[in-house]
Amino acid sequence: MSTLTTTPDRAVVVAPRPRREVRPIPTSRIIRVELRKMFNTRSGFWLLTSIGVLSVVATGAVIIFAPESDVTYETFASAIGFPMSVILPVIAILAVTSEWSQRSGLTTFTLVPSRGRVVGAKAVAILVVGIVSMLVAFAIGAVGNVVGSALAGVDTVWNIGLADAPQIVLGNLVGMAIGFTLGVVLRNSAAAIVGYFVVSLVLPGILVLLAQVREWFTDLQPWIDWNTSQVALFAGQTSTAREWAQLGSTTMIWIVIPLVVGLVLLRRSEVK
Amino acid sequence: MITVHQLTKSYRGVTAVDDVSFTARPGRVTGFLGPNGAGKSTTMRIMVGLTPASSGHVEVLGGRYADLPNPGLEIGVLLDASAQHAGRTGREILTLAARTMGLPTTRVTEMLARVSLTEKEAERRVRNYSLGMRQRLGIATALIGDPGVLVLDEPSNGLDPAGIRWMRDLLREYADQGGTVLLSSHLLHEIEVIADDLVVIGNGRIVAQGTKQELLAAAGTVVASADNARLAGALAEAGLGAAVSAGGSLHIDADAHEVGRIALAVGVPLTELRPADSAGLEEMFLELTAQSQRDSRPGPITPEGAAA
Repeated sequence: MSTLTTTPDRAVVVAPRPRREVRPIPTSRIIRVELRKMFNTRSGFWLLTSIGVLSVVATGAVIIFAPESDVTYETFASAIGFPMSVILPVIAILAVTSEWSQRSGLTTFTLVPSRGRVVGAKAVAILVVGIVSMLVAFAIGAVGNVVGSALAGVDTVWNIGLADAPQIVLGNLVGMAIGFTLGVVLRNSAAAIVGYFVVSLVLPGILVLLAQVREWFTDLQPWIDWNTSQVALFAGQTSTAREWAQLGSTTMIWIVIPLVVGLVLLRRSEVK
Repeated sequence: MITVHQLTKSYRGVTAVDDVSFTARPGRVTGFLGPNGAGKSTTMRIMVGLTPASSGHVEVLGGRYADLPNPGLEIGVLLDASAQHAGRTGREILTLAARTMGLPTTRVTEMLARVSLTEKEAERRVRNYSLGMRQRLGIATALIGDPGVLVLDEPSNGLDPAGIRWMRDLLREYADQGGTVLLSSHLLHEIEVIADDLVVIGNGRIVAQGTKQELLAAAGTVVASADNARLAGALAEAGLGAAVSAGGSLHIDADAHEVGRIALAVGVPLTELRPADSAGLEEMFLELTAQSQRDSRPGPITPEGAAA
């Protein structure tokens, strides 16, 4: 009676299934999947939506509250730029850390065993999202500028040149890269977001203060403080070779070196 | 086909997996059995490259897992059904897997039907799923690439009895078609009904392995006859001690063939002769795992003839 449910004797050897031909996963496909992952969660969807919404809100606020003399493209750009400079790095952080904090990495890294390829695809996806978001923001700002100046009855002022735009974009990309780096190094959403606000809000203040009270640090500070480089980019004021070298230095200290170390650790770590 | 070669994994002095070797063969369901914390999940994570091994290696379809060009099409893996982004819908999670493998999205709808998740459930976010629904989704993710090998860690956790039955039939069918199935469990009965081969692990070490028949035989034979006293005497003469079980039949630590031969020799008509059922294996399981929990460094205990 009790043996009724046991499996029958399996004396007959079953022929193993023939292996079919399997082609490698192209990198472009991994990038597309990673892009999709940035949109298809509730948090990701609202973060990206909020960029558009906040751009419109910021534009509206400028039209309503700014004095007529300030209705210029620069005002619109900086009003839109502030929320962007906060949200874009958070998007970059979550794209990386959710694999660990939400544990979806168990599936991701099982389907694509090369973690380097996955993280690289994430970097490309983040870059795409960043650039597209900024193009959208520039466009919303431009519409706001035209509408705002017409409503205020002043001439439309285009005081951000095409030469400045790439620097503004680069400035935001630096912020996203810092977020991405923190995500790779910490692999935890909460820690990386807190870490981002520490290095973007707390640390620059300390470095500036230190530069003010310690003379030897005054010359050193722009080589170390990435926030100074980023602010210069936002203003489109990185022009001399020395300034570009300072940007290179801060990028090396805050992005390249920690990213390399983080990637080595990430590839060796255990995904649980 | 999965071959595990002398796998060891240590965490700061604690050995989670200790010199584990076994093979999961095509056309068979291999049950990986052990109490909680025995090292089953760690072994399975090492198999698919999520955890680096301290020493030893795993051969999957004749090579390293990491070298598979598109692993999802060759090996279906379910390690932890709860390890999914809680903010994604079930359908979206399957879509991501299908896209990664390069499969058409029609596969997603097919798989949802195969694991009996309704359209409405598929549109809900995984946060709101019961454990049973997550298991079904995880099994769908493992099956979507139509792989020849399945690696499932405790897949029936959270499934209701009908769901467990459904999964058992599904895995049986998979193996019968030539697929390799490796599934872990801490429940002996569950493994016993489905597995062809058993690998029993306790405290990171393999304590027994072999086909189910071999291990059941190792668990002994139950015999009853018209004259139990005379039969027990004959068995004792042959060097086999018999224990009298509750129903009055004898429990002998030998296979049925040998017991039957002795009974025939002394001319006692048998009324019952069968392998000791799950109770025997369960006793062995508890004994083996308890022993490995007590002793500091026991040698691997392998029933005679059961070593692979």
